[in-house]
Amino acid sequence: MSATGIDTSGPLAPAAAPRPTLPRTFLAMMAREVRVMRKNFVSTFARVIIQPVLFVFVFAYVLPKIGPGGASFAGQAGGRAGGPAFSTILVPGLIASSVVMQGMMAVVFPLMMELSWQRSITDRALAPLPVPLLAIQKIVAAALQALIGGLLVLPAVLLIHADGQAPRVHIDDWPLFVLVMIMGSLLSAAGGLLLGTLMDPQKMQMLFALVLLPMSMLGCVYYPWAALEHVRWLQITVLVNPMVYVSEGLRAALTPQVGHMSFWAYGPVLVIGTAVLTWFATRTFTRRVLT
Amino acid sequence: MSAPSPEPPAPEPPAPEPPAGEPPAAEAAVRAVDLHKTYTGPRGDVPAVRGVDLAVAPGEFFGLLGPNGAGKSTTIGMLTTLVVPTSGQARVCGLDVTRDAVAVKRRIGMVSQNNTLDNELTAVENLEFRGRYFGLGAKDARRRADELLEMFNLTDRRTGTPFELSGGQAKRLMICRALVHRPEVLFLDEPTAGLDPQTRVNLWEVLRELQAGGQTTLLTTHYMEEAEALCDRVAVVDHGRVLASGTVPELKSSAGADTVITVTYDGDVPEGVRKLSEREGIGKVEVTGAQVRVFARSPDGLLAELVAAGAAAGVGVTDASQLRPSLETVFLTLTGRDYRE
Repeated sequence: MSATGIDTSGPLAPAAAPRPTLPRTFLAMMAREVRVMRKNFVSTFARVIIQPVLFVFVFAYVLPKIGPGGASFAGQAGGRAGGPAFSTILVPGLIASSVVMQGMMAVVFPLMMELSWQRSITDRALAPLPVPLLAIQKIVAAALQALIGGLLVLPAVLLIHADGQAPRVHIDDWPLFVLVMIMGSLLSAAGGLLLGTLMDPQKMQMLFALVLLPMSMLGCVYYPWAALEHVRWLQITVLVNPMVYVSEGLRAALTPQVGHMSFWAYGPVLVIGTAVLTWFATRTFTRRVLT
Repeated sequence: MSAPSPEPPAPEPPAPEPPAGEPPAAEAAVRAVDLHKTYTGPRGDVPAVRGVDLAVAPGEFFGLLGPNGAGKSTTIGMLTTLVVPTSGQARVCGLDVTRDAVAVKRRIGMVSQNNTLDNELTAVENLEFRGRYFGLGAKDARRRADELLEMFNLTDRRTGTPFELSGGQAKRLMICRALVHRPEVLFLDEPTAGLDPQTRVNLWEVLRELQAGGQTTLLTTHYMEEAEALCDRVAVVDHGRVLASGTVPELKSSAGADTVITVTYDGDVPEGVRKLSEREGIGKVEVTGAQVRVFARSPDGLLAELVAAGAAAGVGVTDASQLRPSLETVFLTLTGRDYRE
């Protein structure tokens, strides 16, 4: 040992470096995400769960309780009188909006820090992984958070309601439910990475007002897409909103009795859309990381 | 003049000679050949690196010395695969930094100028996960992390977050992190910039230990004394080009690297002083306004002579300085500019 406490003959001397494989490095990065998620679990998921929980509390519990005015409002929002309870409409919608919000925020927030100021992205960019694969890793990690966010909302939207306002939820097709949850998570994470790498980090705050809020208000969260036939131009316009396909896909999986889009409409959009957004996002990400 | 004779056979072009003091290419741990980087921005092309040639031998502690904006960080960025070269070639451990980027990343450690510690993780986790990114198992990574924290006197900061570290501690932790996987080549970008003098000297001790341990290292710095104190060899960089390279004594004894005497008069520089350049042992004499700068190989008595020459011509001396041969005078000689920053 020397004066500074560094033993130069031993552990500092260059030795044969371990030879990491790509899957090992990828998994180590996922392990890092899981460690961070575990540490920040409450703050990470509280921000995405609080909104749907309050929403279902007000619309499926408070409004039906406070009298005919509130109840009929809730009833109208669900479509025709005598149609499904509003709570039934909300279950797939609120899960979809949680998945999409969480998927986008999970990638955009860290990216804001990593690409600006100290450029701490270099930490991960120096890991022995091609940069496009680092982009994929970010998408997968954010998708995992999106999935967890969606599943955490599920009990709340099933259980919070006034008497007689219970949602009618039944999963006939489990593979469909799993497919839509996973593809919806990946789609929103890939979209988040694309937005996060295209936007100026300083302007990321605008994301909420200009992107996330319109996406959820016009994402067939609070009404089924079929009910929009009364406002035909809107029914067509909202098709550009990816959240519509996640909502409708979950509607098909969770509440098939409510009118929903055909699988051949939302299925290809979820799968092909994810592939296309991922491809673009890896390119824009690589361009931001390598100068 | 006779009629032009038939052209003689074109001579073989001489093989490009490596710059003085550089090891042959085959042995180099880091090798850059005619490396260029031009950034294209909204206000046109900005050349940052304009043809850098470098060779760092295994075990060598090599310094890139130059003022801020000389292209040092861009060069190190290209060598560490994070900046894509516009043209030229760079190899680290014999691997091309563009084509074999992942293989290069496996073999290098990098300490960037900014604090790029993972703020979501504690100090020990920063090292642990870095080890795991580089293929260590969870247990080995934890053991290696603790070992490095101990060596760098950071054990008491083990579970602290990067926000709780002082500047010097953060830099030490970043060096630990770069060493976790025992890199063949370590890159340090301005390792002591922004640190207070005491911390800086402490960090030098750490870097000297690395040097003594035979860690191949490429360091950039804008501190002359840092390059002199630490580096086996130095390349002086300015405006994106290598001006000279060699060991510090080589650079100091190279042509023109003389003692530099600068005298400022309160009137015109006397005529006799201008003629000093004709004298044996004097490299050149530069006159700028009322200031004269004399580059001398044998400086004995010269300063006194310059003052006396002023007195004889009826002008006083307002300022005088004599710099012994150092990297600073090398820089002055090579660029004709004062080395500031």
